Amino acid sequence: MSTEARAVHFPAADWGGGVHPYRVGHRKLGMWLFIVSDSLTFSALLIGYNYLRASNVWATPFPFYPSIVFSSVMTFCLLSSSLTMVFGVSASSRGDLKAVRKWILATIFFGVAFLVLHLIEWNHLISEGLTPFSLPAHWVSTFTTTDGQLPSPLFGATFFTITGLHMFHVATGAVYLAVVAARVKKLKHEDIEISGLYWHFVDLVWMFVFPLIYIMSVDVGGHLAK
Amino acid sequence: MSVETHEAVHRHEPPTSFIRKYIFSLDHKVIGIQYIILALVAVIVGMTMSVLMRMNLSWPGTNWPILGTLFPAGAPGGIMNPEFYLSLVTMHGTIMVFFVLTTAPQGGFGNYFLPIQIGAEDMAFPVLNMLSFWVTLVGFIVILAAIFASGSASTVGPIGGWTGYAPLSALGQIAGPGQGLGMNLWIISIAIFCVGSLLGALNFITTLLNMRTRGMTLMRMPLTCWAWFTTAVLALLSFPVLLGGGILLLLDRLAGTSFFIPGGLYVSGILSGTNPSFPVHTGGSPILWQHLFWFFGHPEVYIAILPGMGATSHILSTFARKPIFGYRAMVFAIFAIGLLGFFVWGHHMFISGMSPYSAMTFSILTLSIGVPSAVKTFNWLGTLWGARIRFTTAMLFAIGFVSLFVAGGITGLVLGQTSLDLPMHDTYFVTAHFHLVMGVASIFGMFAATYFWFPKVFGRFMSEGMGKIHFWITFVGVYCIFVPMHVMGIVGMPRRFSSFTEYTFLSRLHPLVVFVSIVAIITVLAQFLFYFNLIWSIFKGKKAGPNPWDATTLEWITPSPPPHDNFAGVLPTVYRGPYEFAVPGAPNDFVMQTEPETEAERTGGNGHNGHRH
Repeated sequence: MSTEARAVHFPAADWGGGVHPYRVGHRKLGMWLFIVSDSLTFSALLIGYNYLRASNVWATPFPFYPSIVFSSVMTFCLLSSSLTMVFGVSASSRGDLKAVRKWILATIFFGVAFLVLHLIEWNHLISEGLTPFSLPAHWVSTFTTTDGQLPSPLFGATFFTITGLHMFHVATGAVYLAVVAARVKKLKHEDIEISGLYWHFVDLVWMFVFPLIYIMSVDVGGHLAK
Repeated sequence: MSVETHEAVHRHEPPTSFIRKYIFSLDHKVIGIQYIILALVAVIVGMTMSVLMRMNLSWPGTNWPILGTLFPAGAPGGIMNPEFYLSLVTMHGTIMVFFVLTTAPQGGFGNYFLPIQIGAEDMAFPVLNMLSFWVTLVGFIVILAAIFASGSASTVGPIGGWTGYAPLSALGQIAGPGQGLGMNLWIISIAIFCVGSLLGALNFITTLLNMRTRGMTLMRMPLTCWAWFTTAVLALLSFPVLLGGGILLLLDRLAGTSFFIPGGLYVSGILSGTNPSFPVHTGGSPILWQHLFWFFGHPEVYIAILPGMGATSHILSTFARKPIFGYRAMVFAIFAIGLLGFFVWGHHMFISGMSPYSAMTFSILTLSIGVPSAVKTFNWLGTLWGARIRFTTAMLFAIGFVSLFVAGGITGLVLGQTSLDLPMHDTYFVTAHFHLVMGVASIFGMFAATYFWFPKVFGRFMSEGMGKIHFWITFVGVYCIFVPMHVMGIVGMPRRFSSFTEYTFLSRLHPLVVFVSIVAIITVLAQFLFYFNLIWSIFKGKKAGPNPWDATTLEWITPSPPPHDNFAGVLPTVYRGPYEFAVPGAPNDFVMQTEPETEAERTGGNGHNGHRH
């Protein structure tokens, strides 16, 4: 009956206009939808990677040191950048624009650090002989199975494609955050939040890439070291 | 609070310059019309290709001098070669699916009418809306370029079907004619299209969730809005997967990777890895491409048809002068179809060698789509039952939609069963099935929508006389084209073959093939009557008022054509459901959504939440 009573005040009851359902602004909702969509692109690539990996002999060339330690440092950079982004958004909710700018710059710093480390690592793998279509010769000899099955050259293809697309997202995010930091006085709190959403999303993608590409490629038996 | 609601609404003033008004317009109505024009152009290209294919199938080896002039490589001496035919198959499919069936229903009609029907001034992101159209147009130009791209003398447009199956599509020039630059352009065009439709989908969902006017609850929205909303969700979730697949396919072609190329391929007389022109490829899976493609491809067929379902529901109710039968059931059926559409992609791959257990799972899920589809069909019939129907052209096309949806859907139950699909796969039975249900049915939905909304867009009616001639030729025509194709498929005529002269067991079907071609040419010619009607009516049609059909939803409360901000600055308030026809005791046989509740309704306890059953 209470809805009937309300209907007298608001003939068009139920919502009554006035407030956004879920109280989300257009741009924030738009960013959420973009994230949903983009995460499906990454899902397609990661599922494709696992599909190919499951149906092939797969090289697992990363030793714990330096590869995993190195990529852990990269992960640490990206996680730190998410933390500083949280501080930035929280400062924005207090209206402390100076702190917002400071934290966003810190976020960019960690993001760029991630990119630089990542490029060093790419460079290392490329100089070792890894390409999108072939493995380094000594990997091939190491990972060939006893019955003569060669390891799949798709290791390089999936590695460069997936980490490359992620790197592109981090780079785009760093530019985006730089614009936000430069225009922080003109932007609303929600805009800072939206940039935070994007950055956390990029970080979250890495949390799938890191275990699936790096940790699952650890050279457990230490074949390459021998 | 209401001030805050519209804080983010973009109150752009009407533009004055020609370019801002008609070319780079931010107005969703202009963008909608741009999408429709794009589709009207694309459909001519697609139709022309289908006529060329029919001519080659019926009269193989005939000299068509004009083809020889236009495509010296594809039709040397005016005689179409098989590669050219395959390229026509590919481009016909791609252009029709992407640039007609995806753009017109959603980008065109959705863009124009979704904001008006929910009582908004524009889309949530006008700039993104404009970009989505221009990105799509670039995609169209790239695909047109692909037709004419010629790397070497023997090259015609891309060959691979609209599905672009690997490994053929992944190998590059080595795989034969039509696998060079044209194929690269084909993939790039699809990737561009993915981005454009992502921008559109973002916009539709945000607009619908955030910008409904006062009183427009979800359950008071017209079924068209539900259909466009569901379509946008499908596009948002399926196109990114195709984009991912497209990136991998392009890398296979350009960067030498082997995502979709298995080892040990022997192509054009060369073993993979034994010649610099065919570098070593190993370890990839062509089936992976099929999974990625069909995870997108199946939702895509619902992207094509759901807006047609929405428009049909809307128009049937309006001209039957009855509330739509089972509004809630219709909404849930739309969502059920959309949801199930994501779990049935495997039924396109029954012959790919999948485990029979997976095939059975996909089969059961596929057949279960029959349930919400039947809910919709019976509700349409229930709406028509006992109605005093106004047989306008729009209504005829809407009824035609129901007919085609049933006729095409029934054969879906045949193909959805693994044991029946195995022999039917890649025959004309499949061609007939999907043309009826996703091609022609959704086009009928769009014809219905065009005749129905034309008075709103241009302030004039389309000619009913020409419209009815157009309807009957098209309606009889499509049945005469596609019913015989089912027979051909059952006999065993394979799809995508450029001629059947070498198959004696198919020679008895040749009169049927010729019959289909002649009907197809007549039906295509009838479409020019539609184009003529469209242009003629813009200038000479009978003048229409704001609500010429005595309809109830919000687009009919504004002038025809609507002003720049749709409601001239005063957003309407909605008090009731969308299909209140023949309400007992009401002065007219229709009650507008903006009509406040009467005292009797308020005290009658007849339920306030939208629709009355």
